[in-house]
Amino acid sequence: MKFDNVMATGGEWLRGEGPHHQIVISSRVRLARNLKQRAFPGWAKKAERTAILELIKPRVEELPEMQDSFSELLQDLSALEKQVLVERHLISREHAAKSVGSAVIMNRRQTLSIMVNEEDHLRMQSIRSGLQLKSAFKLVDKVDSTLEAKLDFAYDSRLGYLTACPTNVGTGMRASAMLHLPGLVLSEMINQVIQAVNKIGLAVRGLYGEGTEAMGNLFQISNQTTLGEKEEEIVVRLSKVIETIIEKEHDARQMLIQKKSNTLWDQIGRAYGVLTFAHAMTSKEALNLLSIIKLGVDLGAFPEDRRLPIDELFIDTQPAHLQKSSQQKLNAEERDHLRAQIIRERLRVFPKPDITKVAKESENGSSPEPQTNE
Amino acid sequence: MLCDVCKCNDATVFLTQILEGKMQKVNLCDACSKEKGVQDPTGFALADLLLGIGAAEEIEKGAPSQKCPVCGFTQADFKKTGRLGCSVCYVTFSEGLGSLLKAMHKGTEHVGKLPQRAHREIELGDRMKALTSDLEKAVKEENYETAASLRDQIKRLEHEKAI
Ligand SMILES: [Zn+2]
Ligand SMILES: [Zn+2]
Repeated sequence: MKFDNVMATGGEWLRGEGPHHQIVISSRVRLARNLKQRAFPGWAKKAERTAILELIKPRVEELPEMQDSFSELLQDLSALEKQVLVERHLISREHAAKSVGSAVIMNRRQTLSIMVNEEDHLRMQSIRSGLQLKSAFKLVDKVDSTLEAKLDFAYDSRLGYLTACPTNVGTGMRASAMLHLPGLVLSEMINQVIQAVNKIGLAVRGLYGEGTEAMGNLFQISNQTTLGEKEEEIVVRLSKVIETIIEKEHDARQMLIQKKSNTLWDQIGRAYGVLTFAHAMTSKEALNLLSIIKLGVDLGAFPEDRRLPIDELFIDTQPAHLQKSSQQKLNAEERDHLRAQIIRERLRVFPKPDITKVAKESENGSSPEPQTNE
Repeated sequence: MLCDVCKCNDATVFLTQILEGKMQKVNLCDACSKEKGVQDPTGFALADLLLGIGAAEEIEKGAPSQKCPVCGFTQADFKKTGRLGCSVCYVTFSEGLGSLLKAMHKGTEHVGKLPQRAHREIELGDRMKALTSDLEKAVKEENYETAASLRDQIKRLEHEKAI
């Protein structure tokens, strides 16, 4: 598979079809593994890194899950291509900075991505749409079991899987979900939620910023510790906490409709106005306004079939995606113009917000999202 | 306020997190927050940041002048990077790492997944223990025929373990 195919197909998780997909954008589980008695990537010399890569890469490529995969050495990817993969969460920012001795292998559906010689020899990640931590874990766990038969992983009977950073030792697992929480932000309850979640040893942070300044009202919640708790327990605990946050977000939205409807409609109207008519827009402004429109779709102010174009804009307006699609390197000013142009074009067929539809939803007192359990 | 990591630039990113009931604060400059992956959704953990700051001293206490026999890593390297050199470093620096891991994690022992290989090693270890105690008993009872057969079995098992 070629890079252009990666660009064209778009990840399965981007289509937003998983359970609770209105609020939970994606679920990810990654496992860190290392080879026994070999220097970790950050400490290994170039020759050893390359030798380790040559040992691991063929084993990953022959996985049944990796048929028709995209497999590339980091030095063969352009800076822009790496950035596109970062924006899609298929590789980490840290991995994008790597060159000789590192590689990335991912399946066609972009649900499984394996980084070789990131901070650890292997970083295996499964990514799914909506709240699907359990199935994401299952996939990556299966891949790990297949690989461990062929590769000698560093494992200690007391400490578990040994990783370059002591924060990952034990399970080597980081499970996380990306949540869209405009209701909690607008009702100023987000800090309370963050504090409560932190207290039980889970980490919450803004996706592109910090704390309440999270751009696009996007937050990532993940397990903080990896030693002393079973993988399945971590996944179950995290899923339960996320389900509670989803409830709180629904409550906050109902509260806004009932008590702060003027503010809410003002926000949605302004977001619609600016996105439809602006000629220059930073990535931050775009994310924040798109978040409000997404909330509008959730609440019924825009038709349901307008959901996908908005979700796509979240990714397509990111700097590297913009430049890749325009086939040229752009400076910040040019990017802001192009971003506004793309948004205007996609919103040309977008109907005006219809508040009467929302009123109906709140009368029923139910959230428009079906409550499916994983 | 200065950055906790480089201690030369002004801090622009202020993090507070409550971990297991303890409040922890880290102040970072723009460059260090980027380097530490604070902007990277996949890489961030507060303990990670703290590692580079307070943790290195913790390790130093445990192993004042130690060097990993496999990869040559020293505590000075740990101080610089906040990462270890290879899997054997966990043994080399185990003393200092112990308290660090305790502060960082929920428990001190892994209770999760076991690789197949580890299953096999545990199994072989158990069988070896049983054979050895049988052998001791046979020798004590001067049952030399049984003892000889047990020795053969142990030898075979040792060979199997070596693979
Ligand atoms: Zn700094
Ligand atoms: Zn070492």
